[in-house]
Amino acid sequence: MSATTLPGLRPRTASAPVVRRRRLGPGKPIRFGAAIGPVLLLVVWSIGSATGWIDQRVLSAPWTVVTTAGDLIADGRLQSNLWTSAQRALIGLAFGIVLGVVLALISGLSRLGEAVLDGPIQIKRAIPSLALLPLLILWLGIGESMKIVTILLGVFVPIYIHTHNGLRTIDSRYVELAQTVGLSQWEFVRRVVLPGALPGFLLGLRFAVTGAWLSLVVVEQINSTSGIGYMMELARTYGQTDIIIVGLVVYGILGLLSDAVVRLIQRRALSWRRTLAS
Amino acid sequence: MATNVGLVTVQVRDLVRRYDDRAVLDGLDLAIEPGEFVALLGKSGSGKSTLLRALAGLDHDVDGSGELAVPENVSVVFQDSRLLPWARVLENVVLGLGGADERGRKSLEEVGLAGREKAWPNELSGGEQQRVALARSLVREPELLLADEPFGALDALTRLKMHVLLRKLCAAHQPAVLLVTHDVDEAIVLADRVIVLDAGRIVAEETITLPAPRSAADPGFAAVRSRLLDALGVAV
Repeated sequence: MSATTLPGLRPRTASAPVVRRRRLGPGKPIRFGAAIGPVLLLVVWSIGSATGWIDQRVLSAPWTVVTTAGDLIADGRLQSNLWTSAQRALIGLAFGIVLGVVLALISGLSRLGEAVLDGPIQIKRAIPSLALLPLLILWLGIGESMKIVTILLGVFVPIYIHTHNGLRTIDSRYVELAQTVGLSQWEFVRRVVLPGALPGFLLGLRFAVTGAWLSLVVVEQINSTSGIGYMMELARTYGQTDIIIVGLVVYGILGLLSDAVVRLIQRRALSWRRTLAS
Repeated sequence: MATNVGLVTVQVRDLVRRYDDRAVLDGLDLAIEPGEFVALLGKSGSGKSTLLRALAGLDHDVDGSGELAVPENVSVVFQDSRLLPWARVLENVVLGLGGADERGRKSLEEVGLAGREKAWPNELSGGEQQRVALARSLVREPELLLADEPFGALDALTRLKMHVLLRKLCAAHQPAVLLVTHDVDEAIVLADRVIVLDAGRIVAEETITLPAPRSAADPGFAAVRSRLLDALGVAV
């Protein structure tokens, strides 16, 4: 725009430039944008290691980590430790899910159940599961049962909270409907309560899975003789940062994978909801 | 609750329902014959929905007294279609019937939704959802159909189509019907008898004898309508 042209008098021809407003939003998404940060981090790490700017004793080079991972897989240590860890996490998760769902159903479907259960669980929620470790070690020793119970305690709370919330927020109109079509108590639970609470349960499951890995890390670094956490703890005593990094990467991959699995379950189980978004 | 088939389908005597010491239904009497279509008009707060909920047995915690005889087999159609969003259309229709899929399919066909058995309720339009709700009610072959402003949330054109459908369905299934509505024309078009509720009592009653198809252009229609509007306290 020239300074002499009044905006109102400017002839509107096809060639006249349209005044572009300054964009205030963040703009278009960048392709593969999510990968840029991690790749940049990897580049800095590589350059730092290659130039000697990062001390190998502080942080091993990426290629060392890769070859170490290869070695650990070749002699079977990574697999066997991973299997032990996965077993602990899965058993703890399974028991935690069952416990959380059962408690949520009791407390969600009966006022007496809620009065008895909800308070103690809210108190338990306020205490981090890991703070219970000293007590659990005194009661259960340092064996597998202590580890699984610790994971279970970290898992059942989010399952309970979100399932219970899901139950209680089921629209009362559906309860009324169930009455008018004469559903029995069991049919009511099966047709209305469980599917209605499913979105809440699955949200709880995402938290629970993360919680299971978190608890796993801690219990495996206490008097363990196997597992990814033990492998890392052992590496610490020998100053092997490469093995520690391998352990961290494994934990990261496990966390991402399990979250992806839960989200997949979520998408499939809640396909009636997806129709809203599509 | 005694069933009184043959004589009347619904018998209400001196029904009182109170909320916080305010009588919403105040000594109401009503009888509905088998197969009779009764429309219930009234201003907001006149007690229409309270009466319907009392007949549906949905007023658990409401204080009240009176005699109430309704059949065992009562279906309710609500203003919202109230379909379970996580159940497919056919599952919604046969909810609680167990193994009645074939009947459910027939019922869907009757409301013009054959082939949509596997759809999710969210994929249907408002009118289609309400038709599923009608199928869900009628597949139970109710002796009494209670409808609480079932077309209130629909657009005017869909509503007209639903009137035709409801008349057809009622002719086929012959339930006694109590339709709560705000819409005077809807009441006249559909019902055999229109009653007007005010302050928890019936204040007017019109038996509609106009020949079908009923049209607002009919002079008899206009006469009935102005009497009903008068009873509703609307000056025309």
